[in-house]
Amino acid sequence: MAVLFEKTKLLTDKQFHYCPGCHHGIIHRLVAEVLDEMNLQGKCIGVAPVGCSVFAYDYFNCDMYEAAHGRAPAVATGIKRAVGNDTMVFTYQGDGDLASIGTAEIVHAAHRGEKIVTIFVNNAIYGMTGGQMAPTTLIGQKASTCPTGRTEEWSGMPIKMSEMLAQIPSSYYIERVAVNNTANIAKAKKAIAKAFRYQMEGKGFCMIEVLSTCPTNWGLSPVEAIDWLENNMIPYYPLGVYRDKEAE
Amino acid sequence: MSNLVRVTINEERCKGCALCVRACPKKIIELSKTKINAKGYRPAEVTNMEACIGCTACARTCPDVVIHIEKD
Amino acid sequence: MALTLMKGSEAIAEAAIRAGARFFFGYPITPQTEIPEYMAARMPEIGGCFLQAESEVAAINMVYGAAGTGARVVTSSSSPGVSLKQEGISYCAGAQVPCLIINVMRGGPGLGNIQASQGDYFQAVKGGGNGDYHLLTYAPASVQEAIDIMMFAFDKAEQYRIPVLFLADGIIAQMMEPVELPEMVDYKVDPEKKPWACTGWKAGDDPKKRGVINSIYIDTESLTVHNNELQACYKEVVENEQMWEEFNCEGAEYIITAFGTVARIAKSAITQLKEKGINVGLVRPITVWPFPYDAVKKVVDQPSVKAVLDVELNEGQMLQDVKLAVNGTKEVDFFGHCGSLMPSTDEIVNKILSMKEGK
Repeated sequence: MAVLFEKTKLLTDKQFHYCPGCHHGIIHRLVAEVLDEMNLQGKCIGVAPVGCSVFAYDYFNCDMYEAAHGRAPAVATGIKRAVGNDTMVFTYQGDGDLASIGTAEIVHAAHRGEKIVTIFVNNAIYGMTGGQMAPTTLIGQKASTCPTGRTEEWSGMPIKMSEMLAQIPSSYYIERVAVNNTANIAKAKKAIAKAFRYQMEGKGFCMIEVLSTCPTNWGLSPVEAIDWLENNMIPYYPLGVYRDKEAE
Repeated sequence: MSNLVRVTINEERCKGCALCVRACPKKIIELSKTKINAKGYRPAEVTNMEACIGCTACARTCPDVVIHIEKD
Repeated sequence: MALTLMKGSEAIAEAAIRAGARFFFGYPITPQTEIPEYMAARMPEIGGCFLQAESEVAAINMVYGAAGTGARVVTSSSSPGVSLKQEGISYCAGAQVPCLIINVMRGGPGLGNIQASQGDYFQAVKGGGNGDYHLLTYAPASVQEAIDIMMFAFDKAEQYRIPVLFLADGIIAQMMEPVELPEMVDYKVDPEKKPWACTGWKAGDDPKKRGVINSIYIDTESLTVHNNELQACYKEVVENEQMWEEFNCEGAEYIITAFGTVARIAKSAITQLKEKGINVGLVRPITVWPFPYDAVKKVVDQPSVKAVLDVELNEGQMLQDVKLAVNGTKEVDFFGHCGSLMPSTDEIVNKILSMKEGK
């Protein structure tokens, strides 16, 4: 009897509270599997954000913090400076958290070359508060605070965090991935593993942006939401490596 | 030759999102037509286990990590 | 031990280090910038960490992160900067992360000025951030007292798992005084004493539970339980940690209440008034939370006491607590300035004289 797939022990038994089809669950699993495969339980501390993944501390089976909205990179900075390079410190943040209220904290964590990994889940909307416009909301996309669709004239163009952070001299590794199909899920896991490895090697700031669906607040079925992500999000937020100092 | 792969879906934890249905290359998963779990969802079911090739695409796509796969 | 002449802010910083602080996160703001500057030079000498944050908001969240690992962590700022820290302070209080916050108060509201003030009393003891919480708040009146309090402040923070606030007016930080510095404490994090600390948990290997530093309790029942625990802790602090100074109180005709530097000016006024044959006492809260209500009441309840004068470098903030303590049994008058104009000895003397004349 061989086990082809089992739930990693780096996830607790707690059931995810996420809506059906939400990609947070897939991304949680990838992070947890990488922690497990790299034997990092006992050597890692995670920081949960405010947003849909506010309860991430209940799901990752390791020491966890819950940070104030947008402040996870600052909290992770404090942790990392205290525990040192032998412990892997990661934040898990959504686009409202990271790309809006927490822009100062993420920019300066990157700017200091803080030796942390940020998992940035971009679903182009505020999920937890019920579907408001995010800085990442696409032009024309409807949200409860842009009911007729986002316009460039009023709200500007959607912010591209990976491209922006890749410009910061001290950023070490920035990649944008998606989990819309099994091939991309495998690539996403590889990127997360690379970021965690870089950190354990004492390298600088790493961020993996993961494009994610939000079926509930997009008003689509989980399967339709994947199509929408492929047709709308990936063209505006191209997947790929935006910075990899090791490869440079 | 009989198929030795066994896919176990934790029906009570399944939210019926159907991402596994979409991911399955053999098209042997569907949402139950007869069952509704305590959460109120129609859980995913494997309709033809014999045809399963053990690719684990369903499990790797499942956002709720409710699929367990073994092979004899 | 020899006395050393030290600037308040540097003495406070050195005392924090000697008390075991090994992490400082902060941001420059007048009149406390000497604290981060001192830390920047001193921390590397003792294997500690100084990090200049991008903002006070980030600094307090770095404190939350580092202190959650069990380390002794300190941050300092001045009034507008401490306003920015309130979010993080509330999270530290909610998550029961012991840490030390220094506020060198300057004039407000808003940008105010950069001179000394006591205008943040309300913020320190009546709220600050959101939710039902308190900070164990010390208001030193001299550089030496600031040092002495600093040497046990971390112990108190850890005993109660509560953030400790140093509420110092700008004068304490800016003036130089001869001080005696205690020896360096050999502080090491004892994991058994801090089972809540997050340093990397492994299932099976670690006897303690997985660590979660957190202030969210989403259902009403668990948030109630959590708040009840916090309140029980605050009750203990109120019972055990009140500190105050009484000066010349026995048989006094008038009682002055004042904290921090203003209390020292009040003492000079009391000496002058004594020469005029008027016996005036002083009650100086050293902890402004918990406020020494009973101590103030006991002194004011003396039959000799005709009235109370509260003096502050603001428009009357501690006054509210003094009135709660006196509870209407005696008249409570107020004298103070805002805009950082320090009340003078003569002003206090004249105020008492006018009270005596019934004006």
